[in-house]
Amino acid sequence: MARHKSGGDRLIRLSLLLVALSAISVLAIITIFIFEQGLPIMAKYGLKNFLLGQDWFPSEQSFGLLPMIVGSLLVTLGALVIGVPLGLASAIFLTEFSNRRLSGFLKPVIELLAGIPSVVYGFLGLMFLVPFIRKNFGGPGLSVLAASIILGIMILPTIISIAIDAIRAVPDSYREGSIALGATRWQTVRMVVLPAARSGLVAGIILGMGRAIGETMAVIMVAGNAADLPGSLLAPVRTLTSNIALEMAYASGEHRQALFATGVILFVIIMILNFLANLAARKQFRK
Amino acid sequence: MKKKFRLQPRAEQKIVQLLLYFLTSVAVLVLFFILAVILKNGLPQLSLEFLTKNPAHMGREGGIFSTVVATIYLTFIALLVATPLGVGTAIYLTEYTFEGTVTRIIRFGAECLAGIPSIIFGLFGFILFVNKLKFGWSILSGGLTLAFMVLPTIIRTSEEAIKSVPAAYRLVSYSLGSTRWQTVTKVVLPSAAPGIVTGVILSIGRSIGETAAVIFTAGSALHLPSSIFSSARTMSVHFYILAREGISMPKAYGTAAVLVIAILLINIITYYLMGKYIGRSSRS
Repeated sequence: MARHKSGGDRLIRLSLLLVALSAISVLAIITIFIFEQGLPIMAKYGLKNFLLGQDWFPSEQSFGLLPMIVGSLLVTLGALVIGVPLGLASAIFLTEFSNRRLSGFLKPVIELLAGIPSVVYGFLGLMFLVPFIRKNFGGPGLSVLAASIILGIMILPTIISIAIDAIRAVPDSYREGSIALGATRWQTVRMVVLPAARSGLVAGIILGMGRAIGETMAVIMVAGNAADLPGSLLAPVRTLTSNIALEMAYASGEHRQALFATGVILFVIIMILNFLANLAARKQFRK
Repeated sequence: MKKKFRLQPRAEQKIVQLLLYFLTSVAVLVLFFILAVILKNGLPQLSLEFLTKNPAHMGREGGIFSTVVATIYLTFIALLVATPLGVGTAIYLTEYTFEGTVTRIIRFGAECLAGIPSIIFGLFGFILFVNKLKFGWSILSGGLTLAFMVLPTIIRTSEEAIKSVPAAYRLVSYSLGSTRWQTVTKVVLPSAAPGIVTGVILSIGRSIGETAAVIFTAGSALHLPSSIFSSARTMSVHFYILAREGISMPKAYGTAAVLVIAILLINIITYYLMGKYIGRSSRS
């Protein structure tokens, strides 16, 4: 490394450092703003009322977010129930059981589909899935089930593409060793490849989970958005994100602050997920 | 675990293989179905007129010209701000420092930022740009909000691109007596440029498709924007409003087709460039 310590070099280094701090500064500013707007009202009415209150009537100072917290968790769980088996199965099939030409074609195609905007998924859910559920299972169609399926499909490309990368990162010598011991392909996958790729797979699932819980517009279109605890999978549901997006346009005063409080709760949930994803990803790379 | 009844390993393999085949087909078919429906219903709506005429009667009639213009403006501002910040960050991380606490903090910031849902960016942009800085619902507010949203993408792809420039290039440059800055601007950046462009194009795709962060910062005015301080409706927001308020399903399909085709084209270009210049391994 050249060790020119001229004044100019020092100036450049300093300005680049300032630029490099932009991301963390933006993160800090976002955190401060959301918390600054959301925390006072949480303090005023009590955290417990926000987290456990069941009634959301902003005009009557009733800010119970429990239905939305449950809603977000339910549809995210539903999305995982649908997206994870399909996603992992596709990744395993494409890496371990299909010929190279097929996986060489499908992997990029699936990654391209990851770019389709979420509103498009929501729209198709509204046009096809919602009427289908209404006709065959009853209820309004706009439901936990519809939101789960749409989100599950939406996170598929993310899960598939990260899972494929994780499985491909397992050295071939592992597979050869297992096959040489007389194991079948599937035994090799189940007992050698998947355990070795585990933390990468987990990271992909957590990332998909983050996408599902943070998704807004697609969910609004198919979930029905009633601010009540859903009684069944066919009942409408409102998520934390929808709660913000639906009411932000006209909210003011304490109502608006309560929406920021919704943001605070969402933010905390997402940060926990991020932390877990980083932890899982780091484990994989250390190997 | 010991089970009394065990399948023959080979039989088990056959069953699993069939199951995997079935699940993969379901996943792939569903994704293709989405694409097919949008194109089948959307393509017949497309015409030169659709692209070059402004929407009329809330979007029931006419085309989507003003929303295309708004989308381009917003995306342009986002990249104008995010590209120098992102590339600068990447240069600092790769060329000007060693791995340590500072780089860890910077990377942590970028990773967390990447995980924040767009609605939170929307809330933040609404408070900071629309309210506190008094830009109002405007192209500027929306563009700046998007800039923060795509910043992590640009940082990460630029970093990968710069890292893939061979160390020998730098050594030669230093041995010729250049300073670090000269090496960065004359040797490293030109070699890394295609990779950096890839990240920028990827960010264009994300900006075009974004709805939640834009609707609360740029607003949804339908007229052709006259300056960066006028409120504007992007294609995604227009599509969302058309579909959700049931204004016009044919126009919604048409808008969706334009959106999807634009984004697919962008992603195809990105994929091609990535394979060519960054190398497969760094793709994630």
